[in-house]
Amino acid sequence: MNPATPAERQDAAPSYLGGETTVASWLGTLDHKRIALLYLFTITAFFVVGAVAAALMRWQLAVPTADLVTSDTYNRLFTLHGVVMVWFFLIPSIPAVLGNFILPLAIGARDVAFPRLNLASWYIFVAGGLVTLYAIVVGGVDTGWTFYTPYSSTYSNGHVMVMAAGIFVAGFSSIATGLNFIVTVHKLRAPGLTWFRLPLFVWAIYATSIIMVLATPVLAITLLLMGLERVLGVGIFDPRIGGDPLLFQHLFWFYSHPAVYIMILPGMGVVSEIITCFSRKRIFGYPVMAVSILSIAGLGFLVWGHHMFVSSQSVYAGVVFSFLSFMVSVPSAIKVFNWIATMYRGSITLSTPLLYVLGFLALFTIGGLTGVFLATLAVDVHLHDTYFVIAHFHYIMVGGGVMAYLGGVHYWWPKISGRMFPEGIAAFAAVTIFVGFNLTFFPQYLLGYLGMPRRYMTYPAEFHTLNVISTLGALVLAVGYVLPLVYLTWSFFRGAPAGPNPWGATGLEWQTSSPPPEENFRETPVVTGPPYDYPPL
Amino acid sequence: MSRFLAFSGAISGWLPTASSMAPRVDRVLRDLLAAGSAVVVVLTVLTLVILVRYRRGSAASRAPSRIATWKIEASWITGTAIVFLYLFFEGAGVYVDMERIPPGLPEITVVGRQWMWDVRYADGRREFNTLHVRLNTPVRVVLSSEDVIHSFFVPAFRVKQDVVPGKIVSTWFNPTRTGTYTLFCAQYCGTAHAQMLGSVVVLSPGDYATWARGGLLSAGGTAEARGHAVYRRFGCAECHEDPQGRRAPPLGGLYGSLVTLADGEQLRADDQYLHDAILLSPRYRVSGYALTMPSYDGIIGPSDALDLIAYLKASATAPLAVQP
Repeated sequence: MNPATPAERQDAAPSYLGGETTVASWLGTLDHKRIALLYLFTITAFFVVGAVAAALMRWQLAVPTADLVTSDTYNRLFTLHGVVMVWFFLIPSIPAVLGNFILPLAIGARDVAFPRLNLASWYIFVAGGLVTLYAIVVGGVDTGWTFYTPYSSTYSNGHVMVMAAGIFVAGFSSIATGLNFIVTVHKLRAPGLTWFRLPLFVWAIYATSIIMVLATPVLAITLLLMGLERVLGVGIFDPRIGGDPLLFQHLFWFYSHPAVYIMILPGMGVVSEIITCFSRKRIFGYPVMAVSILSIAGLGFLVWGHHMFVSSQSVYAGVVFSFLSFMVSVPSAIKVFNWIATMYRGSITLSTPLLYVLGFLALFTIGGLTGVFLATLAVDVHLHDTYFVIAHFHYIMVGGGVMAYLGGVHYWWPKISGRMFPEGIAAFAAVTIFVGFNLTFFPQYLLGYLGMPRRYMTYPAEFHTLNVISTLGALVLAVGYVLPLVYLTWSFFRGAPAGPNPWGATGLEWQTSSPPPEENFRETPVVTGPPYDYPPL
Repeated sequence: MSRFLAFSGAISGWLPTASSMAPRVDRVLRDLLAAGSAVVVVLTVLTLVILVRYRRGSAASRAPSRIATWKIEASWITGTAIVFLYLFFEGAGVYVDMERIPPGLPEITVVGRQWMWDVRYADGRREFNTLHVRLNTPVRVVLSSEDVIHSFFVPAFRVKQDVVPGKIVSTWFNPTRTGTYTLFCAQYCGTAHAQMLGSVVVLSPGDYATWARGGLLSAGGTAEARGHAVYRRFGCAECHEDPQGRRAPPLGGLYGSLVTLADGEQLRADDQYLHDAILLSPRYRVSGYALTMPSYDGIIGPSDALDLIAYLKASATAPLAVQP
């Protein structure tokens, strides 16, 4: 048989969605795009679980007294919410879904470096998730997602070890995905795609992968040590058997602070892609943007002690960690300025992805600035462990992370599904989410300043009004989150065909058909210029 | 609008400023709020103007900017860093003053346990979930936990300190307004965490004197006397008052002095040292002595340990004599 010409193969090759469509073909696929969709379904399911827990908490908090649930149930709800949202939604959200789908396309590769490892990562993730869900079903865990010792290692009456095992297993999925992406970026870039021609989304996924590979093992070690103490009674964290409770906090935050950057850096990459596309302009200050991603990733490893200003750690440690925390906020601030400067003298189209990005800019700025409040020593003493902290990290992780994730899902939806989403209702959903989010979480800043501690299911009456506003906001937010679920599902089957490049964007992923064929490109693309090379306006 | 003003008035009214540190913390907070709001307002207005002026198809000029990008970047980085440095120093300055506890303050011992605060005064009074303090009199709160980590949080004083099992941690405040202020446990500690509330009652000197005369639960004598009872119960004198002074180091005058350990390390004999040396004694072999003292961990409870330390502290100036 004569080999077909490339053009003929492209015509013959079905999209990654076509070809075999059996369940077995999906569960055994090595195609990065299908694996991305497996992740998309899995983390959406986990998001629903975490959101239901949040909804029950907000419902309970609408009244100051125990009304809906018992305190043991409430404590299990916030533990579930934190564990599921952090490890089974936010951390895999952009890297494992959009990273998996877009990264090989964006560098002109046919797949990731290790497709089998990629599929294995998903199976490990699902296994970890099922163990965690099992822990919830058999009775739950009441330690909070932070698992502070000695409460978790000796006093807690929940299924701590089962849940810790689930997180422990899922961690290996993070490590494998991170490793895969690092090798992919190093080895599989298209000809001419030098490091400083990489789209910022690739830089962001690359930096995130480094954090995943370096930080996640520390989490595994920490959970293992906690297990040694809880099961075998080895004194590590409990002072009654010779341990030190603060050691746990140091180890936990050595992972969990960088984990915050795992949740936000990929979002910064998505924002850079969208803002250039809908402003029709190169990114302002590309080298600074790339370097700031790397410096945030690096400095992020040096600030864990700012979670411990009132823990009785040394005063000197507190001062040093405060200083370093201020330093890590400089590159974040610079990024915001550069994004706005990118829009300046651009040609701006207010499409849904850009609406999400504008929401991201507002919420990330507020979240970042209130993070500076918490890095300020004397102020943190008052605000630590109050609702101010809850509001702050939700502004970063939900206002920043989830807005960027949804923005990215909409931006690349035509590429993923080959179809357009309905613009009007999508824009309405974006605005609803923005309004609902602020209604839910802004009152929590005030509650925190007034002194309402976190993880309280009952509270003094003076906090009632603000809690009611927050609960009503959560209702609006829920509507905003349900809408995309509905219209994106509809669009997947019924949306108008998108064509290869509906936004007129520059990235390599837009040079192939939508949805892309297996192995992505008919011919390996060759890169000859910088990223975001939009024609002069 | 008037309703909004009333609402924001209510918010600021809800959180009293009742300690010497509170206005200093609020001042830093106001500076942060001013800087933060300015940034948010400027960026929002700027973004809105850009969105309208440079919307697709508008006639505004798109000629490339004449200012070099690196100059703009350098000025942003420098400007941000300078503002941040200022805020860092402002916050760190107040924090260092919070952490530097003035010497010689009257002490209240507070032991956290699931889910209550056990409050003991030096004069032998004892209360649960309530602290009485005198207006304009700085007081040191010595904190310990019997089980998990708790956190001593009085929003009106802007005071928060984690209460860590196995450690003795102190905080202090100088109450500047009479009234009753809520004490929260701020570190999640299990089932009834949200019910681990208490109050701090700040009394005028006259009221405080009246209160001090009143009959409250007695904790069994002054802290010093209670500590002496513990000292006798566990037979500490047998070794520590050995006439030849060979079996164990003498304890009179120990508090506040420098102790040299067998490995050459020198430690100040403060609250934490005494606590650890009693409960985890095998870790502290004092130079010149054999390690004969067993660990009293789990044998002497946290409250007794604090009383014992109070007794040793009272004996800091004089050699320990056998008291009647």
